[in-house]
Amino acid sequence: MISIKSVSKSYGSKIVLDNINLEVPKSQIYALIGPSGAGKSTLIRSINALESIQEGEILVKGVSVHSKQTNINQLRTNIGFVFQSFNLYPHLTALQNVTYAPIHVKKMRSHDAETKGKALLASLGLEEKCNEYPGQLSGGQQQRVAIARALAMEPQLMLFDEPTSALDPEMIKEVLDSIRKLALTGMTMVVVTHEMGFAREICDKIVFMAEGKIVETAHPEQFFSNPQTERAKDFLAKVINH
Amino acid sequence: MGYMFDWSVIYDNIDLFVKGAYLSLKISAFALLLSIPIGIILGLGRVSRNKFISWLAAAYVEVFRGVPLLVLLLWIYFVLGSMLKLGSYLSAILGLALFAGAFIAEIVRAGIQSVPRGQMEAARSSGMTYVQAMRLIILPQAFRKILPPMASQFIILIKDSSLVSVIGVMDLTLYGRNIVTTSLRSLEVWSFIALIYFVITFTLSQIIRFFEKKYKVAE
Ligand SMILES: Nc1ncnc2c1ncn2[C@@H]1O[C@H](COP(=O)(O)OP(=O)(O)O)[C@@H](O)[C@H]1O
Ligand SMILES: [Mg+2]
Repeated sequence: MISIKSVSKSYGSKIVLDNINLEVPKSQIYALIGPSGAGKSTLIRSINALESIQEGEILVKGVSVHSKQTNINQLRTNIGFVFQSFNLYPHLTALQNVTYAPIHVKKMRSHDAETKGKALLASLGLEEKCNEYPGQLSGGQQQRVAIARALAMEPQLMLFDEPTSALDPEMIKEVLDSIRKLALTGMTMVVVTHEMGFAREICDKIVFMAEGKIVETAHPEQFFSNPQTERAKDFLAKVINH
Repeated sequence: MGYMFDWSVIYDNIDLFVKGAYLSLKISAFALLLSIPIGIILGLGRVSRNKFISWLAAAYVEVFRGVPLLVLLLWIYFVLGSMLKLGSYLSAILGLALFAGAFIAEIVRAGIQSVPRGQMEAARSSGMTYVQAMRLIILPQAFRKILPPMASQFIILIKDSSLVSVIGVMDLTLYGRNIVTTSLRSLEVWSFIALIYFVITFTLSQIIRFFEKKYKVAE
């Protein structure tokens, strides 16, 4: 589903992505973990071209994401993106947040988009919140609306950049549960997360990054019980013992 | 104070005051209608990722903000106006609109830039084009922030319109000058004219306040 081939990027002399290679097969869930500043956001954002790259190539379903020939808007309709800070549209209701792209990008009839949007919000436990504005919702509710917004385009791939990092502890679970449910549908996903338990439980692979490089890629069981690199051992010791 | 007020100069010339006020309003209204698209296009140009477009918009803003309106009006009337046969009335509208457009551009730019970057990213990542994202997501949010400074700008424009008398447009201010010349009642005439300008601008600011309230509800 995603092939990342020799991707590099730097800001001035600072290398942010250093020769990244990664394949994410269909219906698999990959967790991207690592210390802050490792380049996780830059990498996941470059998969849907929110971020440019300087070297290498990223293919999503065989289409080169950063190629000038690619219709990036078309490609992005296949890729749902969930941000750490939700980025809901504050001037629109929860339901409008969900239906706007289907209506304006996919040209779906508003009635159909609304029916579908309501069903989606209901499936995420938000049936009561359709007509509320983001400012009236809790963080956890906002993030679930953001997930519904992404799913409304019927993407084949979902990208999450630290979806629970801006949430109070008691709201983390409701968002993780939504992602768990999505995992059961066979959705291909890449999740940047600091929730190690969650990563261990639902992910097929752990990709550990540090200083712009992929240091280790492993099955969760192996990664957490027996990390192969010093860098990963160090990191795990820090996040698990705090 | 031995000054004897004589307000009859107002009644006697009321038709001239009305005519002048009407013309001032008309010029301001046309200039305003023209300055809004100028300002929005330039404001969008300022935030454009195309370097040349943003440079061009910035250059416009700097030039038109940097020239006194009086000089701009004279220049448009005597240079551009005489080349294009615009006449004083059209020159006045054009001058006011070009001038206000530069300020509105800055207001629009600031409004757009006050919308968090994540909004554009969320819109683009759902497959919207840049233009769709601007129109559906960014501008509606910027609009709320733009309204108050825009109101001030409209009021400034109406007041600035009193300068068009220098190129011979028979606006409220020029009628006032003429009436003072014949009646020598400057206190009454200028007080009344000040009142007319105030009533116009106050009404406008109330209308805009109404819209501000109306759009604030949804948030
Ligand atoms: N616009 C930018 N200009 C300069 N450096 C940047 C910019 N964006 C990110 N960086 C740097 O790139 C590195 C990787 O950032 P990021 O991908 O956000 O890391 P992570 O998500 O793993 O915390 C960081 O060191 C950050 O300072
Ligand atoms: Mg990050």
